Amino acid sequence: MDILSNLAMGFGIALSPYTLMLAVIGCFLGTIIGALPGLGPSNGVAILIPLTFTMGLDATSALVLMTSVYYGAMYGGRISSILLNIPGDEPALMTTLDGYPMAKQGRAGDALVLSGVASFVGAFLATVGLMLLAPLLARVAYLFGPAEYFALYLLAFCTLGGMASNNQAKSAIASAIGLGIAMIGVDNNSGMPRLTGGNLHLMDGVDFLVAIVGLFAIAEVFFFIESHGKGSSIGVKLEKVTIPWADIMATKWTMLRASFVGFIAGILPGAGASLGSFLAYMTEKSIAGEKGGFGTGTPRGVAAPEAGNNAAAGGALVPMLTLGVPGSGTTAVLLALLMTLNITPGPTLFTDRPEVVWGLIASLLIANVVLLLMNVPMVKVFVRVLQVPPWVLLPGVTMISFVGIYSLSGSYFDLLLMVGFGALGYVLRKLDVPTVPVILGILLGGNMEDALRRAMVLSDGDATYLFSTPISVGLWVAAILGFVAPMFLRGVLRKPQRVTD
Amino acid sequence: MASDRIFGLVVLFVALAYIASATQIQTSFLADPVGPKAFPMLIGAVAALSALVLIVKPDPDPDWPASRTFGALLIAVIVLVGYAYALKPFGFILPTAVAAGILSYQISPRPRAAALSGIGLSAGLFVLFKFALGLGLVAWPKGWIG
Repeated sequence: MDILSNLAMGFGIALSPYTLMLAVIGCFLGTIIGALPGLGPSNGVAILIPLTFTMGLDATSALVLMTSVYYGAMYGGRISSILLNIPGDEPALMTTLDGYPMAKQGRAGDALVLSGVASFVGAFLATVGLMLLAPLLARVAYLFGPAEYFALYLLAFCTLGGMASNNQAKSAIASAIGLGIAMIGVDNNSGMPRLTGGNLHLMDGVDFLVAIVGLFAIAEVFFFIESHGKGSSIGVKLEKVTIPWADIMATKWTMLRASFVGFIAGILPGAGASLGSFLAYMTEKSIAGEKGGFGTGTPRGVAAPEAGNNAAAGGALVPMLTLGVPGSGTTAVLLALLMTLNITPGPTLFTDRPEVVWGLIASLLIANVVLLLMNVPMVKVFVRVLQVPPWVLLPGVTMISFVGIYSLSGSYFDLLLMVGFGALGYVLRKLDVPTVPVILGILLGGNMEDALRRAMVLSDGDATYLFSTPISVGLWVAAILGFVAPMFLRGVLRKPQRVTD
Repeated sequence: MASDRIFGLVVLFVALAYIASATQIQTSFLADPVGPKAFPMLIGAVAALSALVLIVKPDPDPDWPASRTFGALLIAVIVLVGYAYALKPFGFILPTAVAAGILSYQISPRPRAAALSGIGLSAGLFVLFKFALGLGLVAWPKGWIG
């Protein structure tokens, strides 16, 4: 009963009054961040990382706070999906398909509570799955040498590019941009500066936090300037909120199936929560058939994507913690958090710093319960938050981003870089080039190159060493399949478009 | 069609320039079989290849905003760059109020509301950062306090 004793240790760390307070604050902030249109889990967590860093929280407290924000934002995303038909973040897109019609039928309160319960079920089961699976995977990960790690990083970029975007060439460009930026700075092996153009500010390389905040938060401001904040105020009124027991009972199997599907999707490197909610919704839709009424406001159509989305958020932590390869944009941001706190994810994390892993898992469970308790009675408070006008919200987000990045290094150069990344993010997203591979590239580029070079040192420059073990061959095959297969599946896997009135 | 082709061309040129500058990287005596040049050149090659694919097979154009909106975006970028430079010499409160006000005006063009939200955000965030989170911010330009 290793797991139980480990879990007890985790709770011992995460249940102190102080960390519990942080969890509550994090859940509250996270739900608000997720609910606000234009602020999702990725940019919400991104702008908060520099702040927690400068506040001088220790590793465990910072982790508890940020994972609560992460889970909270996953919960909060559904609020604007259901009430405004605007997904608060990308994975919440599927929730608009049935959530908004349900709200228009006057059942907004039911939809919110039901989706809250579904989120809880999905996140809870995924955390249990994480506890069972992660230690096993960590044991397998010990077999990974540099050649395997190189193939694994490649797999992450390929599947992310293959599944998360509509055009392979564009996602390959995005990965190359990220990797290319990661190369800037002093080379670890030779100690020589690379590609800095003689600029002293670039000797340390480009801080990934600067890139993340720029690409996610500042780019969002440009999008709001383009749309003049339109389309954010029309919504459905929320009347009385009661707990729809009948709907919850009727959707229990849906929630279980969707959690399972979502968890699997989350584990795949590079796939993430969007795929989780998409697959969960599609599975339920095909099980229900034509008579299921999916797309017209059926409770099952609300429960499935929410359970899938939150289960995938938990599943994505499995490869992130055991292998150091994030499964989605938000887990990439969490990886950035770990790296800022000087924690290196990987198999050794489970043996060297068990208190971090199990403290994290315990805090996920705590955050989950707090969120359920908070979300059902307080949903009206969060709905009120949606009425913050974008012309106050977005300048505020910008200023918080500036202060956060400025307090990291105190240099105007990082701020300029951040604005540059914001402009880049705007252009890329306009051209339908995904920005998550850019982040992933900046985060993993150094490790990926190190893995390649170490493999070549081991084999004395023999390139066939990269394909010498069954594990690495399997990863290479999966990487190529993950990149090529979606080209042929595009017709089948077409994402449904948003409901328009 | 055109925007993807232009984007492809830009990426192609940047990738070639990147490869060219990667060849200039100094190698040290502590050489490993791969060296510091190979991986950057590989990345440049992948980007160049993808750019070529994009030029040959572009996607349909996105909806670009009208030129007036582009003007607004440009102003926003200039304001943010100016803000980045102003933060150190002028303290937090003044540049933040101005920058937040202008951004707010760009999102919703109502001067009074924009000015109020600029001042409100500046004061509110200063109190939050300085007293609630304990960050060391400088409120006013250094010369004012003496």
